[in-house]
This record gives sequence, structure tokens and C-alpha cells, in this order.
Amino acid sequence: MNQTLNRLGNVNLLPLVLALIAFGLIGSPSVWLTLTIAGLAMGMMLFLMASGLSLVFGLMDVLNFGHSAFASLGAFVAATVLAHMSGWLGSESWVLNLAALMLAIGVAVLFGLIGGFLFERIIIRPVYRDHLRQILITIGALIVIEQLIFVIWGGSPLNVARPRFLQGSFVWGNVSIETYRIFAVVLGVMVYAALYLLLNRTRVGLLVRAGVENREMVEALGFRVGRLFIGVFMLGSALAAMGGAMWAGYQQLISPTLGAQMMIVVFIVVIIGGLGSIEGTLLGALMVGLIDNYVGFLMPKAALASNMVLMMVILMWRPNGLRPAVK
Amino acid sequence: MNALELNGIETRIGRYNVLHEVSFTVPEGGVFVLLGRNGAGKTTTLRTIMGFWTPHAGSVRFRDTEISGLHTSVIARKGVAFVPEDMGIFRALTVAENMTLATARGQFDSARLDWIFDLFPALKTFWNTAAGGLSGGQKQMLAVARAIIEPRALILIDEPTKGLAPAIVDAMAEAFQEIARDTTILLVEQNFEFARALGRDMAVIEDGRIVHTGSIEAFAEDTELQTRLLSLSV
Repeated sequence: MNQTLNRLGNVNLLPLVLALIAFGLIGSPSVWLTLTIAGLAMGMMLFLMASGLSLVFGLMDVLNFGHSAFASLGAFVAATVLAHMSGWLGSESWVLNLAALMLAIGVAVLFGLIGGFLFERIIIRPVYRDHLRQILITIGALIVIEQLIFVIWGGSPLNVARPRFLQGSFVWGNVSIETYRIFAVVLGVMVYAALYLLLNRTRVGLLVRAGVENREMVEALGFRVGRLFIGVFMLGSALAAMGGAMWAGYQQLISPTLGAQMMIVVFIVVIIGGLGSIEGTLLGALMVGLIDNYVGFLMPKAALASNMVLMMVILMWRPNGLRPAVK
Repeated sequence: MNALELNGIETRIGRYNVLHEVSFTVPEGGVFVLLGRNGAGKTTTLRTIMGFWTPHAGSVRFRDTEISGLHTSVIARKGVAFVPEDMGIFRALTVAENMTLATARGQFDSARLDWIFDLFPALKTFWNTAAGGLSGGQKQMLAVARAIIEPRALILIDEPTKGLAPAIVDAMAEAFQEIARDTTILLVEQNFEFARALGRDMAVIEDGRIVHTGSIEAFAEDTELQTRLLSLSV
């Protein structure tokens, strides 16, 4: 089966296969297209949140259950910035709309970078090479950050304003697609392309890829992997914050438990994709996003379990995930 | 000046003392061979020198500079290269990328690269191939080439002939002779014939202790000593 799949284009084609199967089951092209775009948009936001977690595990063998706290932090920081930019958000000018959104995402990313640095120094550093303590302390940190958000922003769900130019839908024939979802897909593709270029076209990227495979040997070649790790950890946290900021605009209503809610799905994405691989994470995120939307339409009662079932099937077929980094 | 001096090294891994007062001196230039049975402490000795394990007693001096306790990357930048027993190849990276990582600035000295291609022509052929697809011998060539892509003062090589075909072992011996002209090699090896062809001085380690030091030719002539220390006869 694997050889046939390799000839056809490897596991990269799985989202397409999934979409074609769903097309047959759904029947209506307009509904299918709407669900597919929604699935891709959700997948791209999950990719943003999960990519850092995958790299951190691959590079330093650290299980960070607190990773989704940065998504939560990013969501609340972006919501706060957007709330203060209501003038620009409601403006007729799409330039001001975009500037407000970019500022909100930028501030969320900045908080992610700073938070990631502090998290690595204070929480992660004392528990390197000890998975049990990593799990305990990072889950504890997730709870603490969640409570800090509760203290700062309160326990009630927070409304998130969308820029005017991203409100409403793009109508094409009898197909109606939310503009925000298209924006999420475009932003996700741009971030993936930037990450791909960083990892495959730069010396730092080469070091990260080598470090994921054999950290000890990279050090024997004269490089401090620990310093590289701090950079990757900060980048991963910033990406999670960006994903959280986008997720906030997508949901338009967020609560302090967002991080804990996202933790399971982010781990499912990383496990399906294979640890340590950006390509695998994108693949896993798209599969989870598509399955969630298709099953939510076809069998709403099974929607909650759909991602778990997908993970079980993938792991029975490929125990290391779809595209794990070489170890 | 000696290339390397170990004095009274004690290395503990977990609860176990693996090295006990290990002392020997590697002179500048040529190949120094560290022999010993499986589990005697050869690899731990190399890993201690390279900084992967920090000794809790003793000193490691590289060209009269104390290096024990330094980070592995710092030791590497001082001019010590390491070729581990498992070769340490980055399988997902191409041969070219593996080599690039071993350069300080990501650029090759073309004359040196040509010299390496003369030593190991297969690397030129598979330059843009993922290293994971190379044969065992080619991977070992890449591991050694990576260690010499820039001038080094000392190369630590752990069992380079393990699992290699005889023709590849011969090619490797020729390459080591060439490399040893301007670089000191500390070679851990179980293939005594290979070690004898290359080495000048040697030490034998047993149960984490150095039990013999001297010239390799004298050791080769003493069959009783070989049988007692290594359970072999030449």
C-alpha cells in the first residue's frame, strides 16, 4: 500500500483524497466548496498553533503541554488591541482595516516572543530530559496562564471585533464563502512559505533540521543547540500567538479556557503529522480541519470524535505519523 | 607539545563509575590507537574528551589548554573533530548540506574540497543526494570527510571499520594515512590489523582503566600480552 501511495504522490495527497471522498458523500458542489474552504481555514490556523510545538519536540525532545497557552494569550491580546482600534476597524478604508488587524496580530506575536523566552527560561530549562516532569510542569503552567488571563480579562466570554473588510462573504454563483476564511488561508500559506524558506534556504534552518535529527552531532560540529532552541521556542510561541489571534477573529467569542480547549486538538495535529516536521504538521492540520468540517456537516453527533478516530487510524497505519522528521 | 593529555580521568554515568583514573598522552601528529574489548570504556573516553560527559575528577588538556568541563561546541571550535561510532550523519540532509554544516562560515575551501573528493570520490558523485540513501561505507566516508573539511588539530574516530567491507576498510586506511600527515588522530578500533597498519603509539583500556601504553609495533610482537589484554593473537 505504501509503495502504491509513494508512486501516486505520497501522503501529501491525503487531504485531496479526503476532499474527493467528501465530495461524493456531500453531493452538492456549493456546500462542499464552502465546507472545504472552512476546513482549509481552520487547518491553517491549527497549523500556526501547532508548528512550534512540533519543532520544539523534534529539536529538544520537550513535551510542552503549555504550548496552547500562547494561543490563548495571543487571542486575548489581539482582542484587546482590536477593541482599542474600533475607529480603524469600522473605517471604509481597507488599508486602515488591514493596519488594525496587522497591529493586533503583531502585538500578539510580540507577546508570544517575550512569553516564549520567559517560559523556556523559567519553566522548561529545569526539566530538560525528564518527560514526566515536563508534562506535569507545563500542564501546571497552562493552568496558571489560564488563571492569569481570567484575572486580567475576567471570566466572561470576550467579543472579538472583525475588521470591516473581512466581514461578510464572498459570493460566487451559489457559493458563499466567508471573507475571513479566505484571509486565514492566505495568511497561513504565507507563513508556511516563510517557514519553509527559513528551514530549507538558510543556515539557521539547516541547523534546526540537523538538530531535530541529531542534536549531539550538531554540538560536536561547534554549534550551541541550546541557543538555537531558545530561538525556535520563541518562534513557536509567537506562531501559536498568531494562530490564537486569528482564531479569536474566526470564533468572534473567546474565553480563558481557549488554551486548554485547543491543547488536545493541537497535539492531535502534531501526532498525526509526525513530530519535528513542518510539512507533517501542515498535513495533519489540514486533515483535522477538513475532517472536522465534513463530519460536522454529514454526522454532527460524530464531529467531536472525528479527530480522535482520524488519529487512531493514522497511527495504526503509520505509528510515527504521516511525515515525521528523520531521527 | 602533546596534542592531548588525559590525567586521572574519572567519569560517572548515572550511578556507575565507567572510567577510573584514565591517563594517557597523545603526541602531536600521526595516529594514536586506543584498544580494548567491548564495554571496556573506549567510547566513554572519547565522549569525555569531546565534552559529552563531564569527568568528576582529572584533567583533559588539549595542546596545553584545559578542556574538561567545557561545552562540546567550544571544544569543537578549538579544533577537535569527532566521528562517532554511529557516524552521526544527518540522514535527511544531502551530502552537501552535511558538509556545509561542518564549515565555520558555510563556505568551502575549493582546494580542500578537491582533496576530499580525491580521498572519497563517491562523495562527489552523491553530492546532492540525501545522506540517508548512502551505503554504510559511503556514510563512513562522509562522516570522516565532515571531520576534515576544515583544518583540525585532533580528530577522534570511534570504530570506523565496524561493519564495512574489506575493500572499503583498505580505502579508509589509505585516507587515514593521508589525513594523519597534518592532523593528529585518536583512533578507537577493534580491528587490530587496521590499527597496526596506521598507528604508532597506543593504549589499552580494560574495565575503565588504562592497563597498557607503548608502541603498537612492540605490542604486535608480544602475543602473550595481546592474548591477555585483548584475547587475540596476530
